[in-house]
Amino acid sequence: MLTKRIIPCLDVKDGRTVKGVNFVNLRDAGDAVELGRLYADQGADELVYLDITATVEGRGTFLELVTKVAQSVNIPFTVGGGISSVKDVSALLHAGADKISVNSAAVREPGLIDELSREFGSQCIVVAIDTRFIETAPGKYEHIVHTHGGRRPTPAGTLEWAREVEDRGAGEILLTSMDTDGTKAGFALELTAAISGSAGIPVIASGGAGTMQHFCEVFTEGKADAALAASIFHFGEIAIPELKDYLTEQNIPMRRTR
Amino acid sequence: MNTVIIKYNAGNVRSVMYALDRLGVNYSYTDSEEEIRGADKVIFPGVGEASSAMAYLKEKRLDRLIPSLRQPVLGTCVGMQLMCRYSEEGDTRCMGIFDVDVRRFPQQEGFKVPHMGWNSIFDYRTPLTGELPENAYVYFVHSYMAPVCEHTVATCDYIVPFSALLQKDNFYAAQFHCEISGDAGQKILERFLKL
Repeated sequence: MLTKRIIPCLDVKDGRTVKGVNFVNLRDAGDAVELGRLYADQGADELVYLDITATVEGRGTFLELVTKVAQSVNIPFTVGGGISSVKDVSALLHAGADKISVNSAAVREPGLIDELSREFGSQCIVVAIDTRFIETAPGKYEHIVHTHGGRRPTPAGTLEWAREVEDRGAGEILLTSMDTDGTKAGFALELTAAISGSAGIPVIASGGAGTMQHFCEVFTEGKADAALAASIFHFGEIAIPELKDYLTEQNIPMRRTR
Repeated sequence: MNTVIIKYNAGNVRSVMYALDRLGVNYSYTDSEEEIRGADKVIFPGVGEASSAMAYLKEKRLDRLIPSLRQPVLGTCVGMQLMCRYSEEGDTRCMGIFDVDVRRFPQQEGFKVPHMGWNSIFDYRTPLTGELPENAYVYFVHSYMAPVCEHTVATCDYIVPFSALLQKDNFYAAQFHCEISGDAGQKILERFLKL
């Protein structure tokens, strides 16, 4: 049976993971390669590396990191952060990334999605959508796509944009609710279900994971194909093997590695 | 031992190379007939679209070379589909090593296509799965599949049962990506390289 996927996300700056990581068994908590390998050994189904470096020099460092991850990890991984052209994608795939994710650049220039999926195949093009539930007119609230780390609203409605990116050839959607992100109060279930339930492509839910039960909910009520989280894994609040044991007991199909 | 990865317009094969590096295997990445013929093991990878890949193979006459090889050959993903008789993707006549036609997954409510992610394989009938537990999980990304046939040596189930592994004489093929399928994928690659 096709399993639901558990995906740790690593934020990387100048080649190192930035969110405070407290893994006692790591020699160097900032070592993004070692951390990725640890998650893979623990049974993570995929990894996401997000480059939050702003400088050109940092970008080069990220490319080196992608190469090292590809060399040492035997599960699929996606890279994202600041990708805006065919050239960027080509360099990252060549370095060994399995998929890339685009966000702001796709909102700015939606044709980029068509171009990338034509050039590299839909299977490796993930479109990341950051969304927030905001008041768009007095008394009227809507799910609206945001860019710049969720700070800047766009004119695009989230459901419409999700449909459009699929039509343009995205292979997967990474949906982050900025309303739930960082709250540890659970994923945005209704919105995730609305998008994943009508999409023909897989949806990765992100933002709000705090307990193991939250993962269960996002796979059942939220109809997500995969769930992504960062700090709860990095801080060891939830360990992937125990999470997978728990979800298996809840009859969520999981890939077991032990 | 001398292993060759066949070079053609098959998209990104970097992760295949890294997987071989992890196993400590020397390989070359080439489209030279002489090198391919002289190799002990041949890997025929592939991501991308069937008809353009097949057109390229014909142009380079690799479509005749590959079926004539005598050493163990392992095709993966689109590589596997090109070793079949025909693919619905781009209405493509393929190399015909495996006597089966590749179909698009039928539509079914509640099932997304592409079939993407980790799924279990079963009904093993091949040395490649020698060290795997029944229902081992491997990583798939595909919209087209080879139905179960006489050459099926491991099965997967998504909407319909389909061939996860095919085998005929010296030809082996995997629909999934061994190179990023964790320890299970690594063991399959290892077994192939030890054939």
